[in-house]
Amino acid sequence: MSLLRTRKIKDSFFKGLVALFAFLSTIPLLLILSYIAKEGITSVNWDFLVNLPKPVGETGGGIANAIIGTFFLIIIASVIAIPLGIGIGIYLSEFRKHKFAYYVRLGVDILQGTPSIVIGMIAYLWIVRQMGTFSALSGGMALSIMMLPIIVTTTEETLKLLPDSLKESAFALGVPYYSTVLRIILPAALNGIVTGIVLSIARIAGETAPLLFTAFGSPFMNFDVTQPISSLPHVIFTYSTSPYNEFHSLAWGASLILIILVLILNISAKLLAKRWKINF
Amino acid sequence: MDSVLKDENDMKFNADRAIYEDRKIKKFRFFDALFRRSVGFSSVLFVIVIAGIFLTLLIQSLPSISEFGFTYYTNSVWNPVENEFGSLPFLVGTVATSFLALLITIPFSLAVSIFLGEYFRKGAFSNILRNTIELLGGIPSVIYGFWGLFFLVPIMRDFEKWVGVTPFGIGIFTTSILLFIMIIPYSASIGREVITMVPSILKEAAYALGSTRYEVVKGVILPYAKSGIFAGILLALGRALGETMAVTMVIGNRNALPTSIFSPANTMASVIANEFTEATGDIYVSSLIQIGLLLFIVTTIINILGKKIIKKFSKV
Repeated sequence: MSLLRTRKIKDSFFKGLVALFAFLSTIPLLLILSYIAKEGITSVNWDFLVNLPKPVGETGGGIANAIIGTFFLIIIASVIAIPLGIGIGIYLSEFRKHKFAYYVRLGVDILQGTPSIVIGMIAYLWIVRQMGTFSALSGGMALSIMMLPIIVTTTEETLKLLPDSLKESAFALGVPYYSTVLRIILPAALNGIVTGIVLSIARIAGETAPLLFTAFGSPFMNFDVTQPISSLPHVIFTYSTSPYNEFHSLAWGASLILIILVLILNISAKLLAKRWKINF
Repeated sequence: MDSVLKDENDMKFNADRAIYEDRKIKKFRFFDALFRRSVGFSSVLFVIVIAGIFLTLLIQSLPSISEFGFTYYTNSVWNPVENEFGSLPFLVGTVATSFLALLITIPFSLAVSIFLGEYFRKGAFSNILRNTIELLGGIPSVIYGFWGLFFLVPIMRDFEKWVGVTPFGIGIFTTSILLFIMIIPYSASIGREVITMVPSILKEAAYALGSTRYEVVKGVILPYAKSGIFAGILLALGRALGETMAVTMVIGNRNALPTSIFSPANTMASVIANEFTEATGDIYVSSLIQIGLLLFIVTTIINILGKKIIKKFSKV
């Protein structure tokens, strides 16, 4: 009887321990979110959103250039990565038995684990060094390389889930292969692909390391792809490591905006996935 | 007469139709080939880019490899002024921060995996915890670093005073704490997945023998899922090794061999982030690229190994 009791005590003790550690793991998120909300909310106002940064010593100033820059970089990266990623995803699902598909999958696995700083280094060596200047283009290219694995895997996974009968019916009606894929398979898989794209944007929106040697940052508003450009994560990094208090408060504001942006992207990807019942 | 005319008309019609069909088929063939080519071309381009990453890193680090040889990994002096480059301090810094972080992560991520994979698979509790952990994985690295610098570092400074070591605040231990928070989501999500995949027939058999839940977890679930859990930890390690921004901000950026777990140091990723744009001289740049090469190779091996284990696990 006493053995049973010790076993039962052990059981409840273990359950408590698991629950305790599991809930302790959520504390950092609450701490980070509350700290950033507290510090950031005071510096976010209209001027902060529409003004350019001011030189050291003057109060005020905003991060309009960084907000625009982040969107600009995301657009450059998406223009490169979305068509390419969907194309590769189609290849992997349509020609899954090709020998070459093995190497493509291996490439996706490698790229998923490659540290972002290494990708920044590569973009520097390939583009910045050839162009002779830091540029928005090189930053966008670096980010597009980081987007690819997510878009490729989500496209492949969604396409694989579609029933073969869909394709077979199209073939039976005499629809040529390319229009079967482009006009029947892809639209049917659109929801999964869109979710993947949103996820990949959420991943790169906060990336700093690949931008250090590529987009570099700039105190001005810039729409020229061959010039350096500012971005929210980069502004947070440079301002937070500077010794000035005004810059710190700008960085807190930028952090709050970046976190809201990333949370919105992540949550919308989740809602889309839930609505369309996709499970990656 | 009538019927002959009709036949002639039919023949003409059929001939026209044949030409038309022929054109249409040619058009289809053309677009089919174009489609196949462009999809194939994107994939070839993708593989070329990845091979190119490796080759670029290798070729660019050749000057440093031929200059220093193996001493590059054993020399603990990194002195750009004298053109002497040994990467040992960064290797030690990287290994120390990553493994310390991993060690702290294991109980937490294991708890989260068991909680979500066994105790509470559905319901409000499970949803809250799962979403929180996923959001934790979505927070940008630079924000972790910023928060670490202003929230964690002062706490660590007090802690170091209390322990009785020099209170830098920044350093290996602080970095490990920050890294541990950052990598929980990776190992926990994989751990949850593999624990959910344990066949219920095994668990039911154990319950039927009178096991308590703890005994089922210890005797059935963990042994069954251990390779998958290990893979999750491996992938988390890969993350920790390559993590740059948060580490750069709290590690202290000191290019000497760390003497204790509280001393400021540098990791492979953080030294690249700090010095790459300022590096002058071919050998300096090449030495930094060699660090990048090593980082690429190590994370690739870890990642492929982890993925292989998970694939094998899901097939069983």
